[in-house]
Amino acid sequence: MSAIVFARHAMTPTERLRDAGWVAFVGLILGVPLIGLTTVDVGGRLGVETRFGLLLAAVAAVFAGRLLLRWSIDNMRNRKLARDRVSTATAADRAHGAQRVVNVLGWIALGASIALPIVYSDNRYVVDIATTVLIYVMLGWGLNVVVGLAGLLDLGYVAFYAVGAYSYALLSTQYGWGFWEALPVSGALAASFGILLGYPILRLRGDYLAIVTLGFGEIIRVILVNWTEFSGGPNGISSIPRPSFFGLEFTRSAPEGGHSFASFFGLEFSAMHRLIFLYYLILVLALLTHAFVSRLRKLPVGRAWEALREDEIACKAMGMNTTNIKLSAFAIGAMLGGFAGVFFAARQGFISPESFTFTESAIILAIVVLGGMGSQMGVVLAATLLVLIPEFGRNFAEYRMLLFGAAMVLIMVWKPGGLLSHREPTVRLKPLQRSKPAAAGTEVAQ
Amino acid sequence: MMLTMEGVHAHYGHIHALRGIDVEVQVGEIVTLIGANGAGKSTLMMSLFGNPKASAGRIVFDGEDITRVHTHEIARRGIALVPEGRRIFPRMTVIENLQMGTAHADPANYDADIARVFAMFPILDERKSQRAGTLSGGEQQMLAIGRALMSRPKLLLLDEPSLGLAPIYIRKVFQIIRELNRDHGMTILLVEQNANQALRVADRGYVLQHGEITLAGTGAELLASPEVRAAYLEGGHA
Repeated sequence: MSAIVFARHAMTPTERLRDAGWVAFVGLILGVPLIGLTTVDVGGRLGVETRFGLLLAAVAAVFAGRLLLRWSIDNMRNRKLARDRVSTATAADRAHGAQRVVNVLGWIALGASIALPIVYSDNRYVVDIATTVLIYVMLGWGLNVVVGLAGLLDLGYVAFYAVGAYSYALLSTQYGWGFWEALPVSGALAASFGILLGYPILRLRGDYLAIVTLGFGEIIRVILVNWTEFSGGPNGISSIPRPSFFGLEFTRSAPEGGHSFASFFGLEFSAMHRLIFLYYLILVLALLTHAFVSRLRKLPVGRAWEALREDEIACKAMGMNTTNIKLSAFAIGAMLGGFAGVFFAARQGFISPESFTFTESAIILAIVVLGGMGSQMGVVLAATLLVLIPEFGRNFAEYRMLLFGAAMVLIMVWKPGGLLSHREPTVRLKPLQRSKPAAAGTEVAQ
Repeated sequence: MMLTMEGVHAHYGHIHALRGIDVEVQVGEIVTLIGANGAGKSTLMMSLFGNPKASAGRIVFDGEDITRVHTHEIARRGIALVPEGRRIFPRMTVIENLQMGTAHADPANYDADIARVFAMFPILDERKSQRAGTLSGGEQQMLAIGRALMSRPKLLLLDEPSLGLAPIYIRKVFQIIRELNRDHGMTILLVEQNANQALRVADRGYVLQHGEITLAGTGAELLASPEVRAAYLEGGHA
């Protein structure tokens, strides 16, 4: 039965019917106690009533639903197979074309993200959501270093986000540090936590690595909840100072003998100024992250990460120090997560362990995986989707998480390698060298 | 002497995989190790590379004791491994794979080295911007050998290079081994199940059984030896 229910191949209509039949059968077995039998109050005593009509309807719905699901999955798979059945030459051309499309998309996205707060300058909701998207984009880019490039499955990434956020919160509230002073220090702290986590798990891979990182994420959260004197425990830390615009505060009234942002530029005070400033701040931080990671990818260390993802033993045989490669991936990924955390704390003004639960790690990981491991643009796309789908789903109230789950399943069926699974080579050969062998032959002949 | 292994033992957990191995490789030689599945051939190769480290005995490479040296450091001393099953980096392009072979080499030699590898394997030149995972098995083996050569090794270790290849590529692999040795003076340690071909190209050979060397001699001697013939060449049992 399991062979049918989890078939990896396209099914014939009979197989589909049989498969749906099995699933309906399971539905029937589960349905008898869940739907078929119900307890009723019969004159003060408990009686059992049967609802077989309803059960029949439910089983029929399961049968039809399963048939439809199988049919649509097979349909998608067949279409994908047909598309894949093209020669490698055109596949290479297509990949090249896809890369160009992605690049154009990237520029459009950049233009749109710069223009967004200007267009929506009076819409607090849109700017807020866009800022959230950018935080997730930045986190996704950070985790992409660890998971997408180095291939180390990290389920506790939120720990570094938390380290960054709490570092800034404590440094600013306890010692009066400013945003820009705290940013590098918090990043460095997060990076050292990355190395701290990296050391004990150097020899682990795959599932075991995932479990330990998961534990690490929980340890950090549990410490934050319980060490009340240090972190404020479940109450968190509040009134965290907001970042200023080159020393200009976003306040209604200018301080004694100084200027606020509004008074300095001769503007009327508006709460939107700060939101827009925060938006541009995270946009700049995210773009810096992108530039940094893209650059690293083309350097030996970035290529070593990718080689590590592909084959650790081969890496060792090439004389690469896999210890350093792993630790650098953890440290840099953690540092970027830490930066995002600093921004998060500064934006919210209040943080508590609630914000750093496993769900956050799972969402960031989902962004990286759905986007296509290692793809920078994929992360942007996936982060946008994952933040927006629950927002759009607000009208559906409690069903929105269902919608969210269904969207994720559909993406993975349709694009198993993620939304943008194409990997851009780090070495670009000149067009002349890319020419086909035949063309090269004529050149020699001349 | 390029390489000397003296009384090397190695363990995988509780499994005693190598039980006192003595192997020597001279400069400019092709030496082959033959043996059945599970005899310890690959373990011998890997423990030479420090992964797992020898639990007893001594490994000397180029006059230096490397028994306790880290794997990546051993590679930097001039030993290159073409691992069993090729282990190329499938999602990276051919040229990126070759570049990974030079991770610790002098970048000044890069252009010359890549030209040399492309001259030896023209197919890699044709496919250089293709993803390595899309190459055929034989082409992947060429790539794995090319990648190993990029680091200008003094000693090349080949672990089952003919495994799973079409006959035409098996011939090609052995031809390359011969050429590397004859034209480039490469010292080669070859592990093979294909005993017949391996012993034909090799100057000397060792037969490995249950983690011990049971026979040693020149390639021709081993080819003629009745034990080797019975166990590895005629496919049946004596």
